[in-house]
Amino acid sequence: MNISSQYLNQQSTTGNFKVSRRFKNGFITIVLGLATLLVLSPLISMLYFLVKEGASSLSLDFITQLPKPTGELGGGMANAIVGSLVLLIIASIIGVPLGILGGIYLAEYGNKKIVPWVRFTADILNGIPSIVWGMVVYAVLVIPFKTFSAYAGGVSLGLIMIPLIMRTTEEVLLLVPQGYREAGYALGLSQWRIIFSITLRTARKGILTGVLVAIARVSGETAPLLFTALGNVSWSHNLAQPIAALPIQIYTYAISPYEDLHHQAWAGALILMFLVLSINIIARYISRRKAYN
Amino acid sequence: MILVLIVLVGYELYDKSRISLHQFGVGFAHTTTWDPVADIYGALPFIYGTLVSSVLALLIALPLGVGSALFVTEIAPVKFRQPIVSTIEVLASVPSVIYGLWGIFVLIPWMRDHVYPGLQEFFGFLPLFKGPIYGVSMLSGGIVVAVMILPIITSFSREILRAVPDIQREAAYALGATRWEVIQIAVLSYAKRGLYGAGILGLGRALGETMAITMVIGNSPKISSSLFAPGYTLASVIANEFTEATTDMHLSSLFELGLVLLVITLIVNAVAQLILRQLSVIKLETA
Repeated sequence: MNISSQYLNQQSTTGNFKVSRRFKNGFITIVLGLATLLVLSPLISMLYFLVKEGASSLSLDFITQLPKPTGELGGGMANAIVGSLVLLIIASIIGVPLGILGGIYLAEYGNKKIVPWVRFTADILNGIPSIVWGMVVYAVLVIPFKTFSAYAGGVSLGLIMIPLIMRTTEEVLLLVPQGYREAGYALGLSQWRIIFSITLRTARKGILTGVLVAIARVSGETAPLLFTALGNVSWSHNLAQPIAALPIQIYTYAISPYEDLHHQAWAGALILMFLVLSINIIARYISRRKAYN
Repeated sequence: MILVLIVLVGYELYDKSRISLHQFGVGFAHTTTWDPVADIYGALPFIYGTLVSSVLALLIALPLGVGSALFVTEIAPVKFRQPIVSTIEVLASVPSVIYGLWGIFVLIPWMRDHVYPGLQEFFGFLPLFKGPIYGVSMLSGGIVVAVMILPIITSFSREILRAVPDIQREAAYALGATRWEVIQIAVLSYAKRGLYGAGILGLGRALGETMAITMVIGNSPKISSSLFAPGYTLASVIANEFTEATTDMHLSSLFELGLVLLVITLIVNAVAQLILRQLSVIKLETA
């Protein structure tokens, strides 16, 4: 009794303090809420302008025509859209198998001493600026062959994909219950048989999600393509020649002084955004279905 | 294989920058002349631009990122949490060029007309906010990059805040703390190191950011104390001049810039990873 009345007394003498605590609490809540709004507002603004500026310049011509020479109105980005897809295919051919194999190594074979280092290196590789990848590929594939090429562009994107896919593959594989593997051993299967028939099969949706996210990520990359794929105003019939890509086209149009090209850049950006978002949504859909299974 | 990759990256950049390394030595990093016509190259304006714009971006993005992460994990009603998180993830997937495009045509004109004059009026006595306002500037670069690294900082901070054991929060509530006090005493002090890690990771991204910043920073290799003056970054000068480099020395100097950029980002990323990694060890022990 005595103690609680003392406590009450103390509370009444610190009444002011209490009000200021309440006030502070409310104030901070509002500040944090505003911070969140501020974080979200660029996206809203960006989507608004993408649709507003992009949709008005989007037309059938835009996706079926080549770019017109500077100064002429109209034209499209058909070659850039196709070019981007070609680059993504080359990148996937390089990045997907290597990334998945690396992930399998980390999760299944890895030697306890080396694995943390490899993992650490992969995470650091993820942080290397994409423009540096572009320079390296330029040094390895462009200088010796004396020409910018679709191959070089695809390789630079593929290299960026490797550590991304490697890490997600590893994480998914580690989620596969150990018992599944033991069941395989009990049947007398060899380790690679277990990996291919059991572990990979169980984890395939997760791996697919990781691959799609990596593809979405590199599909918007511009910097490494500037001096590997270079860009092209026409169709490319040879993968050893420069090829157009959507992000490069958007960049060159955006920094050009012509109003008409700015509209084209917005339309291109709308298409690119649509591409990236739809890959991401498919990836999320796959991983969600997995969660319900 | 991965180790081979990283050695390859380092070696190729070193190999190709050998000519300029030889020619300019240590002076490369602290001289300010960048003149392709006279074939004289000094990297300081770019190093300065990269560091200033990235630190600026971090100063803007860290409080906002951590603030919104706190809002999502501690304050927001549960049914709003997932939509906010998904929206931030969408923000993370937007390609860099699109940020740049939005920066040039939407953000910068708006800032130039509405925000920068106000800043100059109230803080004009500081050298930071002196000089004519062009729109494209160090400050614009910092802001656009801040917007780009926000999603990374927010999502990492969220992970870290979620790792704070509920029992910490409950203990603080039991002492009669208000929500802010709980955040202060129980959550932030527990998560502090991890949040720094998230910030450094964001810094690593900011340093290597190329396209968006090239489009808005103004690309002028001068060191100016004013944030309204245009600047230049390592990544931007590489992007702009690489395909146009005509002399071996020019190309080699650009490779050396790439090497500088690589070294800076490697260090920053390694520090971030080490902090985050140490943290996950601690997490396992307490769990």
